[in-house]
Amino acid sequence: MLPKAKLWLALTIAALTSMLSTSLQAAWDLNMPQGVTQISRETYDLHMQILWWCVAIGVVVFGVMLWSIINHRKSKGAVPATFHESTKVEIVWTVIPFIILILMAIPATRVLTEAYDASESELDIQITGYQWRWEYRYLRDDMNEEEVSFFSNMSTSREEINNQLPKQETYLLDVDNPLVIPINKKVRFLLTSNDVIHAWWVPDFAVKKDAIPGFINEMWTIVEEPGVYRGQCAELCGIDHGFMPIVVHALPQDEYDAWYAGQQEQAAAARAAANNTITMDDALAQGEEIYNRTCVACHQAGGTGLAPAFPALAGSSVVTGDLTDNIDLILNGVPGTAMAAYNRMLSPVELASIVTYIRNSFGNSTGDLVQPADVNALLQEAQ
Amino acid sequence: MSAAHDDHHHGPAKGISRWLFTTNHKDIGSLYLWFSFAMFLLGGTFAMVIRAELFQPGLQLVDPNFFNQMTTMHGLIMVFGAVMPAFVGLANWMIPMMIGAPDMALPRMNNWSFWILPFAFAMLSSTLLMESGAPNFGWTFYAPLSTTYAPSSVTFFIFAVHIMGASSIMGAINIIATVLNMRAPGMTLMKMPLFVWTWLITAYLLIAVMPVLAGVVTMMLFDIHFGTSFFNAAGGGDPVLFQHVFWFFGHPEVYIMILPAFGVVSAIIPTFARKRLFGYDSMVYATASIAFLSFIVWAHHMFTVGMPIAGELFFMYATMLIAVPTGVKVFNWVATMFRGSMTFETPMLFAIAFVVLFTMGGFTGLMLAITPADFQYHDTYFVVAHFHYVLVPGAVFSIMAAAYYWLPKWTGYMYDERLGKLHFWLSFIGVNVLFFPQHFLGLAGMPRRIPDYALQFADFNWISSIGGFLFGASQLILLFVVIKCIKGGKKATDQVWEGAQGLEWTVASPAPYHTFATPPDPKLIHDQ
Ligand SMILES: [Cu+2]
Repeated sequence: MLPKAKLWLALTIAALTSMLSTSLQAAWDLNMPQGVTQISRETYDLHMQILWWCVAIGVVVFGVMLWSIINHRKSKGAVPATFHESTKVEIVWTVIPFIILILMAIPATRVLTEAYDASESELDIQITGYQWRWEYRYLRDDMNEEEVSFFSNMSTSREEINNQLPKQETYLLDVDNPLVIPINKKVRFLLTSNDVIHAWWVPDFAVKKDAIPGFINEMWTIVEEPGVYRGQCAELCGIDHGFMPIVVHALPQDEYDAWYAGQQEQAAAARAAANNTITMDDALAQGEEIYNRTCVACHQAGGTGLAPAFPALAGSSVVTGDLTDNIDLILNGVPGTAMAAYNRMLSPVELASIVTYIRNSFGNSTGDLVQPADVNALLQEAQ
Repeated sequence: MSAAHDDHHHGPAKGISRWLFTTNHKDIGSLYLWFSFAMFLLGGTFAMVIRAELFQPGLQLVDPNFFNQMTTMHGLIMVFGAVMPAFVGLANWMIPMMIGAPDMALPRMNNWSFWILPFAFAMLSSTLLMESGAPNFGWTFYAPLSTTYAPSSVTFFIFAVHIMGASSIMGAINIIATVLNMRAPGMTLMKMPLFVWTWLITAYLLIAVMPVLAGVVTMMLFDIHFGTSFFNAAGGGDPVLFQHVFWFFGHPEVYIMILPAFGVVSAIIPTFARKRLFGYDSMVYATASIAFLSFIVWAHHMFTVGMPIAGELFFMYATMLIAVPTGVKVFNWVATMFRGSMTFETPMLFAIAFVVLFTMGGFTGLMLAITPADFQYHDTYFVVAHFHYVLVPGAVFSIMAAAYYWLPKWTGYMYDERLGKLHFWLSFIGVNVLFFPQHFLGLAGMPRRIPDYALQFADFNWISSIGGFLFGASQLILLFVVIKCIKGGKKATDQVWEGAQGLEWTVASPAPYHTFATPPDPKLIHDQ
């Protein structure tokens, strides 16, 4: 190579390595997190152990190679040796790796066996994946108790995603309703899906499993430190796969109990609210908020849709047509399409608001004001 | 030698009909290689879109649906359009010349297996222009995202996969028939060059698993159009069944893309080390062991679907076992270099980079095999880094090494060594800047296949994108070098490389249109 070319090469390499090393320092904690459970720490140890084995093997193998590249080159007058084929050597480099593999397999088997023991849980939570939100349902012993169940949607705004607002620190990793669990309790998660396959993952718990329609998978965790833990859906599940984060609040038992009681009260209040009437202004305001959280990914801002899979709402024959049909479609979805059934995802008040909103926005002007009672009537009819 | 008898043979036809109707293994080899390079650039363009969108947090260039189409099309085109046809092209060119055969055993089928490919990929690519958009469910197309929830273009995707599968199966049959029936007298199985051996084994893998792929897409087709419920839980079907069938194809597919690479590297390293391959027999047995093991490890892609623990353990142990024969290969290459007399022309540089970087991909593969650790790695950028290390500086580097190694034999001219080295160094730097940081991204928790990411992933993403642009742009140098070499340059000798051994180096450079119309002198066939 020309001296000039060599200089350029050296400069490029220097620039790239300095770039890499500054980033490495800034983010040295970008290794696997040790996490806050016994399993997560054991998984981390296992990861590091295998990593160091690989590094050691790499140093030996690449060392010999580098040594040969430096010393056994023709330009240094090296004369090729003629040795080849040695059964002894072949046996050695078959057996040694095999032994190393056994040394790796023993702790791996131990950790896996522990991670698979979901017995004797103290709290069971059913997690259901939806395009693109999670539903958490706390399983009760006493069916007369008020049930706590809610949906958890990403709360990062579309404006942040589209670079119209500055991004917050928890960009893409914030939800409206986090999962809340007590610390130091064995919590078992029962995992399923309502549509496509999702995967529920919180790195700090070393817990990841697929949520599969028609299957119930189980996993468990015992979180040792109170805190806010974040994760994301890990299985490609459609357009908003990148936008269905998981947030878990781990609380001390007494705080958890207080939270749980509050949720039960809220659930009771929401049932009562289904009998109230709402005003046009309230319905439009709440409807807009729900639209931006739940509908906008497919039907788009301004109700323009994304043809042909995601129809426009502006001027849509359904949205400007028969009111009952419109509510019915939102309650039950459209089978075989991405339009999900919202009868359980939204409360009657929310359903009434969203229908009111879309029928009076994007240039649609039916003037309809839907009441929670109207929705309730349809819901009861379906049962 | 055959070159002396050239006037007895007809030469190539003139014009476009030469390429349309050719049954000549060299012409068809060239067609495959050019086609694969075109697909490499197309799939690479999609990768550039992906890396450009991921350059910064937030959505800048494309919407998430189009982003998913890009990841899907990138994967499909690179796997089925770039890597596999490139190896078939190399097989077409080199296998008859390596075993002293006049052509492939089934030349008309050879023509057909190539010419259906452009139609398959035209159909697949045309989905990008369809109203529904291209397939957007990832190259692994898990049901029910790819069935109940798929865009309507999925039917075209299914048909394209069928055509690709038919092409691969025909190619594989042709290679097996050629290797088993057309070896020159004296060319026993255990004297065949390793490239021929690895391809023979690969061809059996292809015949075993391409029908499984055809089966799984047909089941999808029935679910979508004919009301069956193979993968639809609501109809009593099983979405996990899809993954079992897909990966029963998918894992051997990984080895289909890497075994011929092992063969290429096993040819190049002895040439430039001027020393025999250390353990030929053990290399053959290691290849066969890897091929066998590839059938019993598929569910290591599925550790998080909720298999019973016995299944998890079986697939973990079986997967770890693959490290043994793979290690044997790496140790043999290093032992071949040890105490050789090495020079570092472009093919050797690519081959050495292959050994180092493929081994790094092997290390992360071993880490991924450890089931509890896989729970953390699965579906993150750690996996993306892993398989790109084995496929790009692995399979793709070996294809480039092969192109530089045999280019003088194909064209009759030496390529521009300085440009070749420039191409190598830019590719080497680019590929590492591109993929190494992705290990950190994955460990820190960035899921794969997301169009936008949390802020703590921003630094490594822009670095990775810069590496991607560098790597992508560098490939235009290869195009330039190849065209320049076809047009002229220093005349290549018949042997081309000082240390080169094998029948392909005994014919003239460029290799005449027909070689070994009469079998070579058995004295030319050496022990490996
Ligand atoms: Cu998801």
